[in-house]
Amino acid sequence: MNRVILHCDMNNFYASVECALNPELKGKPIAVCGDAEERHGIVLAKNYIASGYGIKTAETVFSAKRKCPELVTVRPHFDIYMRYSRLAREIYTRYTPLIEPFGLDECWLDLTGRALNEGEGVALANEIKNTVKRELGLTLSIGVSFNKVFAKLGSDMKKPDAVTLIPQKDFLSVIGGLSASELIGIGGSTGARLNVYGIEIIAELASFSKNMLNQMFGKCGEQIWKYANGLDDSPVTLRDTEAIDKSAGNGITAPCDLENGDEVWKVMLELSEEVGHRLVLYGKRAAGVVIQIKDNALNVKQWQCQLECPTQSAYEIAKRAFRLFSESYSWDKPVRAVTVRAINLVYEGEPSQISMFSSDGEKENQRSEKIDKSLDDIRARFGSDIIKNAAVLENGKIPKEKTPSVLPGGIRK
Amino acid sequence: MKYEKIYVSVGLNVDTEGEIRPVAIRWRNGKIYEIDKIRQKTCAASLKVGGRGIRYTVMIEGKERYLFNEEGRWFVEGKAVSN
Ligand SMILES: [Mg+2]
Repeated sequence: MNRVILHCDMNNFYASVECALNPELKGKPIAVCGDAEERHGIVLAKNYIASGYGIKTAETVFSAKRKCPELVTVRPHFDIYMRYSRLAREIYTRYTPLIEPFGLDECWLDLTGRALNEGEGVALANEIKNTVKRELGLTLSIGVSFNKVFAKLGSDMKKPDAVTLIPQKDFLSVIGGLSASELIGIGGSTGARLNVYGIEIIAELASFSKNMLNQMFGKCGEQIWKYANGLDDSPVTLRDTEAIDKSAGNGITAPCDLENGDEVWKVMLELSEEVGHRLVLYGKRAAGVVIQIKDNALNVKQWQCQLECPTQSAYEIAKRAFRLFSESYSWDKPVRAVTVRAINLVYEGEPSQISMFSSDGEKENQRSEKIDKSLDDIRARFGSDIIKNAAVLENGKIPKEKTPSVLPGGIRK
Repeated sequence: MKYEKIYVSVGLNVDTEGEIRPVAIRWRNGKIYEIDKIRQKTCAASLKVGGRGIRYTVMIEGKERYLFNEEGRWFVEGKAVSN
């Protein structure tokens, strides 16, 4: 039996939640910003109206306001985004227990059995979309297809508030002309390499030699060839809070290259904020940190380290991530993309192996977690004193006068 | 017409199953309004004042109103007084 898979993607999630909370924002250009008052705060998310002014995620508020002086900036409310994310998943569970979250605002649903064919899948997708709109005041784009890759692709094709079917029969007539890099798993660098071989659209990738792709990209080459031919058979993997990610990561591609440590630190702090909040949501602590850095020639490097004490603290994670970066990155080229990932997650209650005597590290950690607990409070507490005392600033990378008084925020990919 | 979110105190009836039912609202000026009837109970977003919750469609003094239970706090969609 053919599978019926949905990919549900909440449109402009952070900005839409802000509008759902405050209807007066509707119809205005909105940007959710880490630190709206500071000119070096950055845009974490924006709505379609703001996008229309050319405003990009991760650009500074200063530059965004220059493009659109009437831009309304709002502070992020991560706790509320989490709540809406959970509420949306609760709605999905009315239709199927087989739900695989992908970030806060996206989920795959396997409706096989409940929907007997594509048409029924589309009808249920419309019902889900309308339920989420009525109950949460948020719009969804849903892709309906027979595998996860095409369901995801479908949800990207029409936005906002839309259902898109990629049918099994003759699917290339629907998607064959789309850029190959639209497929999940084909990032900018793979896409660029495919272009070198004359592969630009999905139809070209699908009809290319599997063996040659294998030689060019290894296992990944065969994988993307399968994707393009509708042969992805990966299951929708049930994940609940017990089995949730073994890691929590957050990454961003900057619209302009990051030229120095100050800029990288700012981004890492913001990225870590959402990582920290996901850890709180999962009830876990991170015992390690991975950073992935892509330079402006699209070379990707990755480093990881262990944490002395497992933590949920965004600030601790950011600090460790930045120290790792400072020790490892040679600055041959400016930085294009940064990912911070918390790994080796342990349950919040799990006793960690620490020495008999409470170390300074542990105390520091507890202090940071306390600081992170209250978001409303966070700005006052992340005042310049704490930041100036941070070890990270003592390595000399960041000039004192440029001490980043950044409010940590999260960033969407 | 502008609306604002008005949090109110609510009198609740709890049955033996633990099911709760609002029976009265205390307005800001202290006046108590009894809920004559609950027409509907559903999950919904408030398009007028924002937020979402369990929405009760209630009859108060012959008029139909929405009353939201937003994670334990209760609000109504009030008409904003222009000043
Ligand atoms: Mg989305």
